[in-house]
Amino acid sequence: MSVLHTDELKRDEQIPRHVHDADRKGRVYVDRYNTTQRINHWITAALFTLLTLSGLSLFHPSLFFLSNLFGGGQDTRAYHPWFGVFLIVSFAMLFVRFVKLNVPNRDDVRWMRKLGNIVQNKHAGLPELGKYNAGQKMVFWGQSALISVMFVSGIVIWDQYFGKYTSIDIKRYALAAHSMAALIAILIIIVHIYAGIWIKGTTRAMIRGSVTGGWAYRHHRKWLRKVALGREEARAGEPGANDPHSPMPGPVSHGPAE
Amino acid sequence: MADYQSLDIIRRSASTEQPPRVRGGQEVAKLIDVSRCIGCKACQAACMEWNDLRQPVQTCQGNYTNPEDLSPSVWTLMRFTEYENPDGNLEWLIRKDGCMHCSDPGCLKACPSPGAIVQYENGIVDFISENCIGCTYCVKGCPFNIPRINPVDRKVYKCTLCVDRVAVGQAPACAKACPTACIMFGTKADMIVQAESRIADLNSRGFDKAGLYNPPGVGGTHVMYVLHHADNPRLYANLPQNPRISPIVALWKGGFKVVGLAGLALAAVGSFFHYVAAGPDETDSNDETVAFDMAHFEDDRNASEGRGNDVRPSH
Repeated sequence: MSVLHTDELKRDEQIPRHVHDADRKGRVYVDRYNTTQRINHWITAALFTLLTLSGLSLFHPSLFFLSNLFGGGQDTRAYHPWFGVFLIVSFAMLFVRFVKLNVPNRDDVRWMRKLGNIVQNKHAGLPELGKYNAGQKMVFWGQSALISVMFVSGIVIWDQYFGKYTSIDIKRYALAAHSMAALIAILIIIVHIYAGIWIKGTTRAMIRGSVTGGWAYRHHRKWLRKVALGREEARAGEPGANDPHSPMPGPVSHGPAE
Repeated sequence: MADYQSLDIIRRSASTEQPPRVRGGQEVAKLIDVSRCIGCKACQAACMEWNDLRQPVQTCQGNYTNPEDLSPSVWTLMRFTEYENPDGNLEWLIRKDGCMHCSDPGCLKACPSPGAIVQYENGIVDFISENCIGCTYCVKGCPFNIPRINPVDRKVYKCTLCVDRVAVGQAPACAKACPTACIMFGTKADMIVQAESRIADLNSRGFDKAGLYNPPGVGGTHVMYVLHHADNPRLYANLPQNPRISPIVALWKGGFKVVGLAGLALAAVGSFFHYVAAGPDETDSNDETVAFDMAHFEDDRNASEGRGNDVRPSH
């Protein structure tokens, strides 16, 4: 943008609904998550963190000191399952919001084949992607499966309320499944957090709710074309084309494009 | 009073520190000769008395086992089994159930709370209640189904082998009370010798399968039985044939812990090194320009009414 004649540019009312020309410095911002989705995500993240800290304190002796964060071993033991109950509710809401956008497709297979290039930040020859790439979808489905496993096995080993319903042998399997699922889930979250650090501009999506147009163009071009820009020709035939990246219309503060 | 015998502690739950080994004392054992048991329950009464435990009165379940099960306040229990042997004769098998004080205790292995379960050098496995967090992992770790959680205080209880008596040179209360010397107490070596003479006696009386129950799967126990049917301990109210720490528990408390934490550390360190090696994935100004132009120029060609308005619309 060497010379920008602002009088030739559209105002926000005139460009697609989910795109905002915030500063007229050659950059637009694209809505990615509404306020409800962001709060839902961070409540889930907070609960996952509490569960990780309290769970790890009971998992390995060298981490037992973490139980001090919760007031000691007994309190940690008492709180951990309740964190889990809140997490399953919070995560279920995330799941419902995002499940449609995480259905795998052919682009994901092509994208995965290029993973070696992607980790070197080389994007040549990558397919254009919708709102989520295969890695993000694996986080979504991985956490969905593992949190389900942890919820069921967690109920089995929640001795205070459910101790009498299962045999000791079943509880042994539940304990092993619970801790193994937790390890994998924490592993996924480490990768998830790192991806947010590595891919610059990503955390903005979950904090401010929007990403820059360039970020969307680089990482989720099909989403930018189809959804954010509302291209009719691109959206034709797509199910739920009216507003597919926002399955649950939230309190978006921007006026509709009319 | 967790540490009043700390010099005698050779193993401590959820702890990796080297325990003190300056003393090197003798292992003790309780030997229960079930062939001499008359089912009087003096041992149960003595246990209640010494440990000051009172189980609320229950209803009869149609047999002599009373109370019906071990509980937070029932640390030892005589289990009565009516067994019809191959000759068609009734045998009344009575086994005094309770903590076996394993050399390799599954409860201690499973316990996540440092010092909630300890093993003394004399072999006694003891729960230190002030460190117990009520998770009941010990219940899953025990191959004998002994520990019981108290729903009132969320702490787990079991036989202490009267560690407080043994520490001052006394026999456990149950052994002291037993009128037929069915329950014997001494060094483990002495008790094995004692058992051998009892087994020889039983053999001479036609119990050719008599033997000592000191299961090697848990490294031996510090409560041992002389059984007339040592070939089939299940006869005695389901005493395990070959008890050992469940492989699931061993995996969970063994491999998982090491591989799991190593995996998490590797992921974190690996991520950092990836950042150092490959660097961040950044959006360049060309991407921004293209997206900007897509938003402003490619879509709506006849948006002319806004031209000339350089005031940024608020939204």
